[in-house]
Amino acid sequence: MALEYESLNENVKKCQYAVRGELYLRASELQKEGKKIIFTNVGNPHALGQKPLTFPRQVVALCQAPFLLDHPNVGMLFPADAIARAKHYLSLTSGGLGAYSDSRGLPGVRKEVAEFIQRRDGYPSDPELIFLTDGASKGVMQILNCVIRGERDGILVPVPQYPLYSATISLLGGSLVPYYLDESENWGLDVNNLRQSVAQARSQGISVRAMVIINPGNPTGQCLSEANLREILRFCYSEKLVLLGDEVYQQNIYQDERPFISSKKVLMDMGSPFSKEVQLVSFHTVSKGYWGECGQRGGYFEMTNIPPRVVEEIYKVASIALSPNVSAQIFMGLMVSPPKPGDISYDQFARESKGILESLRRRARIMTDGFNSCKNVVCNFTEGAMYSFPQIRLPPGALQAAKQAGKVPDVFYCLKLLEATGISTVPGSGFGQKEGVFHLRTTILPAEEEMPEIMDSFKKFNDEFMTQYENSFGYSRM
Amino acid sequence: MRRFVISQAKNLIDQTRRRRPLPNHKSLRLRLLSLAAAPDSAPVLSSPRLFSSSSDMSGSDSSSSSLPVTLDSLNPKVLKCEYAVRGEIVNIAQRLQEDLKINKDAYPFDEIIYCNIGNPQSLGQQPITFFREVLALCSHTALLDESATHGLFSSDSIDRAWKILDQIPGKATGAYSHSQGIKGLRDAIAAGIEARDGFPADPNDIFMTDGASPGVHMMMQLLISSEKDGILCPIPQYPLYSASIALHGGSLVPYYLDEASGWGLEISELKKQLEEARSKGITVRALAVINPGNPTGQVLAEENQREIVDFCKQERLVLLADEVYQENVYVPDKKFHSFKKVARSMGYGEKDICLVSFQSISKGYYGECGKRGGYMEVTGFTSDVREQIYKLASVNLCSNISGQILASLVMSPPKPGDDSYDSYIAEKEGILSSLAKRAKTLEEALNKLEGVTCNRAEGAMYLFPCINLPQKAIAAAEAAKTAPDAFYCKRLLNATGIVVVPGSGFRQVPGTWHFRCTILPQEDKIPAIVNRLTEFHKSFMDEFRD
Repeated sequence: MALEYESLNENVKKCQYAVRGELYLRASELQKEGKKIIFTNVGNPHALGQKPLTFPRQVVALCQAPFLLDHPNVGMLFPADAIARAKHYLSLTSGGLGAYSDSRGLPGVRKEVAEFIQRRDGYPSDPELIFLTDGASKGVMQILNCVIRGERDGILVPVPQYPLYSATISLLGGSLVPYYLDESENWGLDVNNLRQSVAQARSQGISVRAMVIINPGNPTGQCLSEANLREILRFCYSEKLVLLGDEVYQQNIYQDERPFISSKKVLMDMGSPFSKEVQLVSFHTVSKGYWGECGQRGGYFEMTNIPPRVVEEIYKVASIALSPNVSAQIFMGLMVSPPKPGDISYDQFARESKGILESLRRRARIMTDGFNSCKNVVCNFTEGAMYSFPQIRLPPGALQAAKQAGKVPDVFYCLKLLEATGISTVPGSGFGQKEGVFHLRTTILPAEEEMPEIMDSFKKFNDEFMTQYENSFGYSRM
Repeated sequence: MRRFVISQAKNLIDQTRRRRPLPNHKSLRLRLLSLAAAPDSAPVLSSPRLFSSSSDMSGSDSSSSSLPVTLDSLNPKVLKCEYAVRGEIVNIAQRLQEDLKINKDAYPFDEIIYCNIGNPQSLGQQPITFFREVLALCSHTALLDESATHGLFSSDSIDRAWKILDQIPGKATGAYSHSQGIKGLRDAIAAGIEARDGFPADPNDIFMTDGASPGVHMMMQLLISSEKDGILCPIPQYPLYSASIALHGGSLVPYYLDEASGWGLEISELKKQLEEARSKGITVRALAVINPGNPTGQVLAEENQREIVDFCKQERLVLLADEVYQENVYVPDKKFHSFKKVARSMGYGEKDICLVSFQSISKGYYGECGKRGGYMEVTGFTSDVREQIYKLASVNLCSNISGQILASLVMSPPKPGDDSYDSYIAEKEGILSSLAKRAKTLEEALNKLEGVTCNRAEGAMYLFPCINLPQKAIAAAEAAKTAPDAFYCKRLLNATGIVVVPGSGFRQVPGTWHFRCTILPQEDKIPAIVNRLTEFHKSFMDEFRD
């Protein structure tokens, strides 16, 4: 055999991505066998019945088939503002959707992104420092690839974290330096934990280069307060870390106490020397929010205080991939400059968006409450993002059974849950957690009308599981 | 007090060997378990075991800069890699183009013509109507419920859209799909491969990617663990390969194509380079073949392909077959044969040869570069290796759905009897015959230039003429601290507005000079291009003739 498992790049073998790992593969197998599966393993709204927003789909359909624009009857199928917008975006391209764009993305769209950022934050944004990518994940990988030189470079990552970070750091041969979020404080971030993590890493010879924050959090859902963000930025300043701000869920906010504030805004508010010196890369996407256009693969990153020569190198690497896909760039343009009051499509757009967000807010509540009604489950409220991350107390009998089955306890629990109910989740171990504490991640995305039944199904399974395993280890109950 | 569970680093092969020093950094070959190392172990903190040698890699050079990320502290592999197709000359061209808007009279030309990149639709090539009809319907599925749609779309595009949507769970084109791509679309692609080759294809062997390039990167990531891992690449080559190998820290093992015999690929040359690499301690892991060639345009003879397959089998190399130009063949005496077909017709099956075949929607007659669609067909790998490929694909979740749909359309286009068949064929043949014509016209024009020889473009989208640069020109280039072919290309750009890529971007036999020019500008622009190029070349030679 020319290529054997043994001779593969070790970094590939080591990397793990639980979101489409063991549980997902098992769920897919069961689905093939005819079992009804509810996939709550990945933030994939359209797969669970959320409808795409109408206006962007109209615009992009016209961009896909520009000859429609010349047809006398096009107005029968498309509103005038969608037609105008399609013409606008086509004029920004150098040959329609089928031509490679600038490797950083269409200049016209990047300008729209910059304008959006400026409106959102109140500070100017430079389109030359904004790169569009095939999904935010590609952007994260590109930036980490620049920062990580070898295994002695460490990246601070929250635990629990979205495993794109651990997988990418592993693939690039770097070191993941965990900082633990505090479940008892609503997954809050204590700067003392950060300091401790950094000190520990440095004592082992690791050069800590960057810090990742996911705000709103994934899987944890917490929204960082302005005070917290300031602390983090001050920390990055004093420890000379580049901050990677994963802000892909910025539209998904389900409480009013802590609205979304971008890291860039807080940084600029802090003024000199911070605003001039702290290096920041912020990420956004069309996959989440109320858009949920995961399958388009559209995202961007914005760089702040990154030296021009470094920006050139990042551009160079982007150019090897030639260009991000143009349809998604148009989705991004539409997302950052949606229909305005007075536009023909505005009412429908506002109604659709509002409907989705309000329903997500309700579902966040239904799920949190449903989990908390189980006596062995504690669940922080989903302040933002798309997930619920309940903590499940597992009795010693279950731990024992898991061990015998050769599985990590939360994997064991989630497999049983899957087999009993068809609910496909991701075990907390896929995201990282404190030792001996178990979670699972599910999304809040199943249709609202199906939620009560899903929560009942979970409760029934959980109660039966607890009964089975609490009693199976009876003689050694502590 | 929280406890971190720290696990010991395991020693793996050549762990204690030092790397060759890179600018500013040395590094040790430690193997570490990262946070989510294995699903059945508790999460761990990475912990390097420190060896006695010092490393100046730690520390962020805080004494030299207050910023953590600077040019000095970037990943050296990033600094090392190059990609000339969008390199220096293109940057100059873009600046000229901007300036042209305001200073029209300052230049002897009134537009920049980009002949540097295989980007047909940016130069006026139209997309295939049927494909775009299907994509539009899949973009906005509500159209399928409207009666007015029948007046604007062909009936078979409507049928095909329905068929595709039925293969997508919930008809949700905005959802992440299976990480290998939507199953029904892979079925269509596998059927298309079988129709093309006469040998079956398994949809589970197909991994759909955002263009063919990410698939190449995935394979490099899998195959390369260190600079001791070598990949045989043709010289001249499309610089995705050299860049990807550099980014992944491997070694490019060059094998030279023979310009004098139409860019022929000699097995003796492969053998020679392989042995030389091995004698230097390099483990050669794969052979990359681009067929039809880029930048060279040659289409391999079937006999040649059989030799290559045998070579890979004997030497236990993975064959990476870049076949993105499979629909671009312009000469009647050559035909495209996929390496899969060749291998299977030799009686070689899954157990005999590891083969990865790349295809893209960017080239051919469809030219859908901006959509980013493609796939690799992976055969001959054991299931544990395929699991790793799947895992890599899953970290990015999936490729864009629109590109996936297009890839399935490219591999299963309209058939005789379909409503759109006639117009589809007319569009396809129109584009291909025009490409063939442009290839011939430009090749003839280049061969007329003093000191220039140009092999014919049998396929692909490029011409790669050889310029015999006079000594005076070479000296002037050296004085300007530029490679001689880059010097020529910059002069060409400044005199004519035509953007080409210097041969040094693709590598070439040392002491020879080339440039790559696409055949893509529309037919009506070709005479002007030929005239300007001819005029420029004459004045260049007048200036520098020995």
